[in-house]
Amino acid sequence: MTEMLIFWAFAIVSVGCAVNLVIQRHPINGAISLIGVMGSLAVLYLQLGAEFIAAVQVIVYAGAIMVLFVFVIMLLNAEAEQRTGRSAVVRLIGFPSLAALLLLVGMLIRRLAPAPESVRFGDFMGGTAENIGRSLFTGYLLPFEVTSALILVAIIGAIVLAHKEID
Amino acid sequence: MDFVILTLVKAALWAVIILTTLAYLQWVERKVIAHIQLRLGPSRVGPHGLLQPLADVIKLLTKEDLTPPQANKLLFVFAPFFSVALALLPVAVLPFGPEVEIFGIRTAIQLTDLDIGVLFLLAISSLSVYGIALAGWSSNSKYALLGGLRASAQMVSYELPMALAVASPLLLSNTLSLQELVLTQSGYYAGWIPQWNFFKLPAPQVISYLIFLMAAFAETNRIPFDLPEAENELVAGFHTEYSSLKFASFFMAEYANMITSCAFATVLFLGGYLPLWPAEKGSDLFPTALFLAGGAVAMYHGLHPARPRDRRTLPAVAVAFWLLAFLFQAPLLKQILIPMFWFGFKTGSLLFVFMWVRGTLPRFRYDQLMAFTWKFLFPVAMLNMLATGLLVAVYGG
Repeated sequence: MTEMLIFWAFAIVSVGCAVNLVIQRHPINGAISLIGVMGSLAVLYLQLGAEFIAAVQVIVYAGAIMVLFVFVIMLLNAEAEQRTGRSAVVRLIGFPSLAALLLLVGMLIRRLAPAPESVRFGDFMGGTAENIGRSLFTGYLLPFEVTSALILVAIIGAIVLAHKEID
Repeated sequence: MDFVILTLVKAALWAVIILTTLAYLQWVERKVIAHIQLRLGPSRVGPHGLLQPLADVIKLLTKEDLTPPQANKLLFVFAPFFSVALALLPVAVLPFGPEVEIFGIRTAIQLTDLDIGVLFLLAISSLSVYGIALAGWSSNSKYALLGGLRASAQMVSYELPMALAVASPLLLSNTLSLQELVLTQSGYYAGWIPQWNFFKLPAPQVISYLIFLMAAFAETNRIPFDLPEAENELVAGFHTEYSSLKFASFFMAEYANMITSCAFATVLFLGGYLPLWPAEKGSDLFPTALFLAGGAVAMYHGLHPARPRDRRTLPAVAVAFWLLAFLFQAPLLKQILIPMFWFGFKTGSLLFVFMWVRGTLPRFRYDQLMAFTWKFLFPVAMLNMLATGLLVAVYGG
């Protein structure tokens, strides 16, 4: 009962924030809505028994990445975006096609995961820090290291691209 | 149902204790800084200025609550409350004491012991940037915006060495639960030296302790890292446009964050609520002895008063101290009060260091601040964690 209540509360908040993210015209409101989505997703992870992923979701996504978003928006002092006139195609079939897409995704999810269950990635179950650490450094060591090398390359690339010689 | 009632009672108790501590921490800070600078500090409201926090609260409550006309109203109101809510949230997981049994009910002194307590604290501290950043942005004022920008850059940068400094003692303790973290630090080397992570073999965490403290100064925006509110450059930084209760919220948040950082350092490195030396060797008597001695000093100065009002106030303080001293030996209260005393003693000592530093050190320049964390703290924290990992792997944790 309580679990259902918590689930619905945070599911509604996260969907509401996601919709708000699309609707809002000011970038900072969009960023805050995205933080709301991340935060409520973390609670849903927690309900699935993935406590480590929930904490990391808040630390990395809601904390680090979104802080950078907000920082950039503040630094550029971005204004609310201007709304241009919409084409007839968007006005006519925009909403129906969105509804159709949502229906399709919903049916797909129902087919793939008929009953609620705990977090599962392939044959890996559980979500405590120990479980995840163990599988990251044993079974998934190569993908883990490759990903981290990839991120490092991306960082170095960003620095090289952004760096200008100052004479 | 019992669980709900018990938790509500504990939550109410802790709320009262923490809010009172917050109010009086400010009084203590003003007194400490005043004495460092050879002043008296608050001394008008009540004996020794003891009612000053109350007067401050009334003053802040009754001031006019201004909102700048061009501000983003919703975020302007939201930011201070977000700050203070996030600052008070960590109290829920801090382990103030062990499990105790009162009238047949077994319960922990702390509110709740999460399996991911350490990550919870890190998550809260990474979210607390938003309060300050949004406050700076929504005020629509250049000083506030600059303060908010500085705060977010600074807090994001210092979170890295802080997280690395937190990770090193975790390698020794091998748990993320704060209560278990304390329990893994019990025991003594050679009967005297506590096995806190600060001293723990094979990798004493002295360096990560210092890194953690330095990062904590930056995370709480305190001198020498209080660039977001540098008054000679930015008026008051991110809270320039705030007044009344919203201004007070930022103040409360800053002090609550200070308490959390110090308590976190206590739990990670200084053995939490465990005593300085074994209970068999009389550490249980230390609080009583301390308060008896404090009472004796107060009584002596009350009998030989330097100022006329000391004749009345200091003996009252002495009697209060002596009563407290006996409370520490009262049968039911002893098991609660003694761990809490040690927790408060260690956290309080760290808080005193925060105030001491504020009274003595000048402010960094902004480029120095950033260079310090990226070019010095971060590599050192990284090396320290690698060294700890190596030592733990070779000699066993």
